Amino acid sequence: MVTKQEIGALGEERVAKYLLDNGCRVIDRNWRIREGEIDLVGLTPEGAFLFVEVKTRSSNHFGHPLEAITPIKALRMQRLALAWLTLNNHWGSDYRIDCAAVFIGRNQEGEIDYRKGVL
Amino acid sequence: MTLAKVKTVTLVGLEGHSIEVEVDISDGLPGYTLLGLPDAALSESRDRVRSALVNSGEIWPNKKVTVSLSPAWLPKSGSSFDLPIAIGILMAQNVLPDFEGEFFIGELGLDGAIRTVRGVLPAVLAARKFGAKRVFVPADNFSESQSVAGIEVVAVAHLGEVTRFLRMGEFPPCAEVQKLDLHLRNLDLCDVVGQVDARRAIEIAAIGGHHLLFIGPPGTGKTMLAERIPSILPPLTLDQSLEVAAIHSIAGSLKAGVAITDVPPFVSPHHTTTPTAMVGGGSHQVRPGACSLAHQGILFIDEAPECGKGVLDSLRQPLESGSVTITRAIGSVTYPSQFMLVLAANPCPCGKFSGKGRSCICSSLSIRRYLQKISGPLLDRIDIRVHVEPPSRNEMASPDLGESSESVRARVIKARERSRVRNQAHGWLLNSQIPPSQLRKKFRAEKEGMNFLHIELDNERLSARGFHKVLRVAWSIADANEHEAPTLKDVQDAYSLRTGMEDFE
Repeated sequence: MVTKQEIGALGEERVAKYLLDNGCRVIDRNWRIREGEIDLVGLTPEGAFLFVEVKTRSSNHFGHPLEAITPIKALRMQRLALAWLTLNNHWGSDYRIDCAAVFIGRNQEGEIDYRKGVL
Repeated sequence: MTLAKVKTVTLVGLEGHSIEVEVDISDGLPGYTLLGLPDAALSESRDRVRSALVNSGEIWPNKKVTVSLSPAWLPKSGSSFDLPIAIGILMAQNVLPDFEGEFFIGELGLDGAIRTVRGVLPAVLAARKFGAKRVFVPADNFSESQSVAGIEVVAVAHLGEVTRFLRMGEFPPCAEVQKLDLHLRNLDLCDVVGQVDARRAIEIAAIGGHHLLFIGPPGTGKTMLAERIPSILPPLTLDQSLEVAAIHSIAGSLKAGVAITDVPPFVSPHHTTTPTAMVGGGSHQVRPGACSLAHQGILFIDEAPECGKGVLDSLRQPLESGSVTITRAIGSVTYPSQFMLVLAANPCPCGKFSGKGRSCICSSLSIRRYLQKISGPLLDRIDIRVHVEPPSRNEMASPDLGESSESVRARVIKARERSRVRNQAHGWLLNSQIPPSQLRKKFRAEKEGMNFLHIELDNERLSARGFHKVLRVAWSIADANEHEAPTLKDVQDAYSLRTGMEDFE
């Protein structure tokens, strides 16, 4: 039996690989403050920071994974991104907020639906 | 293609506006934005459209869907945008072939069923004006819109029928339309016992389009007579019946599956009705009131003195101009309202003041006051007033039926034709529309007739207002009798159609 946390970690792993495959660096993972968590922080070759929210689902029974990101959650991601930039002395840099949906089936391959600049 | 444009129509009053539904599907979080001043019912379209698409076996895009209804400044309301939005979403996903010249109107059920909406007939008329070749309407609204020429009306009952049509050209099964003239068949003037004077009065009123007031005790047949006036009026022309049906379509009072009728409408609001219900109103959609629903027909108000004062007086403007203009936050709306006003009143509060009036318990003051509740300016526009007395024992005992509506109607049509030929050149159609100045110049009665009226004026038995009214009615009587101009007899007949006036003037 795979737990929720394991599924989530698996999804994040898949997205980190996806970012690397696309020429980005992963510079932080599961960054957590009181207000919430950023799953992945990446850096594009052009020097923009990427803040990626990863949603992993093992079935499609509960709708599209990205539908779970409500406008309130999207705004929280925005605040978290700004907090990360401030605390890591990158305030003022270019940044982008992305979302990734990972579908993990029986074979645990993990198909990715990656949406750039959702906010 | 991630951008699609679909056409539909929205209504402000009877006037249609062409609306372009633009659908854009872009990357981003799954979501749905509806632009273009939608009201609550329209904002809910998102959930209806989504379920309808999914339950019809189509795909809902898990992307950012932006729907824009342009022109953006026009406030839009109602659920008739569901179908065009659904089609737009399918087109933006490239799952439908291209088409042009199609308009879509309809509300969607969660299962994909296409539900009836209000105002389909005027919307189809507008779509034709905007150059639509084909318009998809809910199956239940087919009966009202099928009579519009010059545009192909496709009745659809399910979203699947629309997509099959667009993909394969497969026509949906045609809805059945019944032709019903129930009103004409059921209500016939031959049911009315006796009432020679009142019968004559409604015939003359029908010829000239005169407004009418019945005064009589309860149970003498005032309502019965009024209900049968549409059966003696000439049938509406196609344009008229389309106009009438368009108003009723907006009000949502057309029956599904029944073709539009050429019988003039009969509308009888209750006397507790409000001025808004009488002339029309509403905040999101301005709906037609009773006086517009009675357009080209009869507006019958029973127990008129019991009406709130403002209610009857709200009719003065439509009586004058033949239309009502209602202004609300969303704009001004004009509905036509040319109707024949028929009022019915008891002679006094207890209703027994007729004949010798022995059983009446009202004081003379209360009798006066009762009828004075109908205001002077309104009475000014009512040409004919009749006392409806209880039928006599002889009349009740007779097994014979009265004259049928059919034969009365034939006379009315003939007389109306005479008056139309004469009046047309002057810019009005009915005798009731002859202006006072013309009544004293070109539209005088014969000399003896005018003399008679002048004597009555001298003797203060007739007011200047009454003078003109008698003349107008005299013209209608002359048309009924096929006289070139009203004779002395016609004028006297017209004069006698004012019995009971004394109480008012």
